[in-house]
Amino acid sequence: MPKLGTINELTAYAQELKAQCDPSKPCVTVCGGTGCRANHGLEVASMFEKLLKEKGVCDDIDVRTTGCHGFCAQGPLVVLVPKGVLYVSVKPTDVEEIITSSVQADEIIERLTYRLPGTKKRIAKEEEIPFYANQKRLVFAGSTKMDPTRIEDYIAVGGYSSFRKVLSGVEPEEIIDWVEKSGLRGRGGGGFQTGRKWRSCRKSQAATKYVICNGDEGDPGAFIDRSIMEGNPHSVLEGMAIGAYAIGSNHGYIYVRLEYPLAIENLQIAIEQAREHGLLGDNILGTDFSFDILISRGAGAFVCGESTALMASIEGFVGEPRAKHIHTTEKGLFGMPTNLNNVETWANIPLIIEKGWQWFAGIGSKNSKGTKVFSVVGKVRNTGLVEVPMGITLREIIYDICGGVPDNRKFKGVQTGGPSGGCLPEEKLDLQVDFDCLTEAGSMMGSGGMIVMDDRSCMVEVARYFTEFLTRESCGKCTACREGVMQMLEILDRMTTGKAEMSDIDLLEEVCLYVKENSICGLGKSAPNPTLSSLKYFRDEYLEHIEHKRCRAGICRDLTTFIISDDKCKACGKCIKSCPVEAITGQKKVTHVIDYDACISCGVCREVCPFDAVDTK
Amino acid sequence: MNNIQEKPDLTEVERIIAKYNGKDSWLVMILQDIQEAYNYLPEPTLELVAEKLNIPLSRVHSVATFYSSLSLQERGRHVIRVCDGTACHLKGFVNLRDEIERQTGLTEGQTTPDKRFSFEVVACLGACAIAPVMSVGNDYHGEMSAEKIKDVLSKYK
Ligand SMILES: Cc1cc2nc3c(=O)[nH]c(=O)nc-3n(C[C@H](O)[C@H](O)[C@H](O)COP(=O)(O)O)c2cc1C
Ligand code: FES
Repeated sequence: MPKLGTINELTAYAQELKAQCDPSKPCVTVCGGTGCRANHGLEVASMFEKLLKEKGVCDDIDVRTTGCHGFCAQGPLVVLVPKGVLYVSVKPTDVEEIITSSVQADEIIERLTYRLPGTKKRIAKEEEIPFYANQKRLVFAGSTKMDPTRIEDYIAVGGYSSFRKVLSGVEPEEIIDWVEKSGLRGRGGGGFQTGRKWRSCRKSQAATKYVICNGDEGDPGAFIDRSIMEGNPHSVLEGMAIGAYAIGSNHGYIYVRLEYPLAIENLQIAIEQAREHGLLGDNILGTDFSFDILISRGAGAFVCGESTALMASIEGFVGEPRAKHIHTTEKGLFGMPTNLNNVETWANIPLIIEKGWQWFAGIGSKNSKGTKVFSVVGKVRNTGLVEVPMGITLREIIYDICGGVPDNRKFKGVQTGGPSGGCLPEEKLDLQVDFDCLTEAGSMMGSGGMIVMDDRSCMVEVARYFTEFLTRESCGKCTACREGVMQMLEILDRMTTGKAEMSDIDLLEEVCLYVKENSICGLGKSAPNPTLSSLKYFRDEYLEHIEHKRCRAGICRDLTTFIISDDKCKACGKCIKSCPVEAITGQKKVTHVIDYDACISCGVCREVCPFDAVDTK
Repeated sequence: MNNIQEKPDLTEVERIIAKYNGKDSWLVMILQDIQEAYNYLPEPTLELVAEKLNIPLSRVHSVATFYSSLSLQERGRHVIRVCDGTACHLKGFVNLRDEIERQTGLTEGQTTPDKRFSFEVVACLGACAIAPVMSVGNDYHGEMSAEKIKDVLSKYK
């Protein structure tokens, strides 16, 4: 493909690519997201290619490996286009049958269709499955249709048309107006007004300015940015190019964590293709706007997601945040004005330019516009990625879309906002999910991780878990965070091991408030959130741990004794086989018994018991 | 605390530094690439980096020890990473970790004497939908349980 030299050449090229697409041509799309890959999704894709070739029909039927479809728990996923039939948990051995029965003929293979949990009902059409039907996919719409390593696919579905639009003569100030009026707020956690940030960076006078994409995604349990970078990298590049044009910057960085090799690879490919096509580089499309993007890899430090620490890391230093007396939009990367946005924020920009700010402002709640992608994981039936309009309730996400809690267990809480967020209880299920409502309830939007917990999750242990995570990730620069979070952990450790006293609750709260008030950066300021929110909503569990030395969830080992119920045990031997310390004895037809001298209360027996016969004393 | 007997061949380090035009702002990536080539960061490579980038050795050291993916110790042929992200934590991380410790005799951060395995605990591998997750080298293993560990590890010699 020759370099596109003018705006008109891009227009013509886009039309040409579009004309080449025949929507009625059969295409097999195989999800190539990380989840499906882990389940051998790529082997399924290559099996399709191999067999179609052998049958001599590879010219009539396309195979496309796409980005993440979000329905990760059901992977590997195969969607037959244009029929819209979805097959789940597909194995390479199923491929032959799919081709002959469902691609070349019109049959549906029942066993490969999705079964509604708890029923016998099967659904073949992707769009009719509640998980998809109740979502509103905008940012994610492209990922499932394109091969992320082909810029042609992106341009054919209208990609780079927003960039083309702004380069055709929209004033930078006007773009910023649009973004501001759209109401877009940053998806990286804080929810800062994107337009306003851009404006202040545009106003800063300097010879060099930078735009950065924050792809560090450090919140454990969130993999939204990963899927966007892997599945639709060009949407991020296009957003950044538009932002750079509006702000007056010629240099971009994408900071991606090392743990995301596929995201790095696909971004690198996308950048090279954009350069080859003249969409990045000098004098883009014959205009006097020049812009290029470099990738910087993170090296495993949660704090590097924080804007100033991230910039220090790109500069080749230890990722320590600094106090922001001067905004990074004035003095950021290499001391120059810098505009940093999150991956999902950038990916929203082309949509706003293409469809108009009015359209965007019409989606969502009063002060939170547009959609948000959540990764709903933990104790929930349909784990995966869910894109919904802001303002939808937690219940709609967890129950209507994700199918609720599996295995007949009871919902206990949902954690949002990662280590900076909080746990919300059942009473809050009807809470609207947007920036303000979550913060008001004591949690946070964060980057969109939503971790569902059932009655076998211990809230004190979860608080301890986050606190331990934060002690490891605190960079150590300020005392409040370094020492304070450590003290919190010590107290929580006492609670989960039965060594705490009643006065520890007050002490814990006091330390939490101290850390919140006195830390330099967001890590420390929000570090007490998981603990404070669970103290607020699940106080009785704390009291039980201290007063009765009991963990009702059966998680804290020192406070848990398991017992096998005489009534329920069917003497199947499963627990005997799986006990790691051989503490269970029994034979056929004899109720199994735990030897408490050997038992370490790990709970593996409870996990494997098919009859629910193991419970806490 | 030198892990290697002889001085390693440093030409690869020179090549890596040249790739980044000897600019110190790429220090983190340079160290990552060196680790990729040498398995870890041998002391002589750090000294050369400091010299070539014209920066104090202390800065190279502070970066090499700050970022958890960088290692000053030689690592095994296969790095086992068990995810202790929130989703994996809730779905049985502790039991996975204990079982790996039992099977390999390692605790977090250690390497087997035969250099077959190193064992790390990491926060979120980004595959939370198939929690609990562990990876060995570049392979992900989802929906793990303590029982499956032995089988998974046996694939890596
Ligand atoms: C400890 C800490 C970790 C953070 N991690 C991330 C992250 O992984 N990804 C991200 O986009 N923002 C993260 N942030 C927020 C960033 O500092 C910054 O506000 C955000 O990237 C700005 O982009 P936005 O305006 O588009 O949201 C983190 C903040 C703190 C304090
Ligand atoms: S929590 Fe384990 S992969 Fe995300």
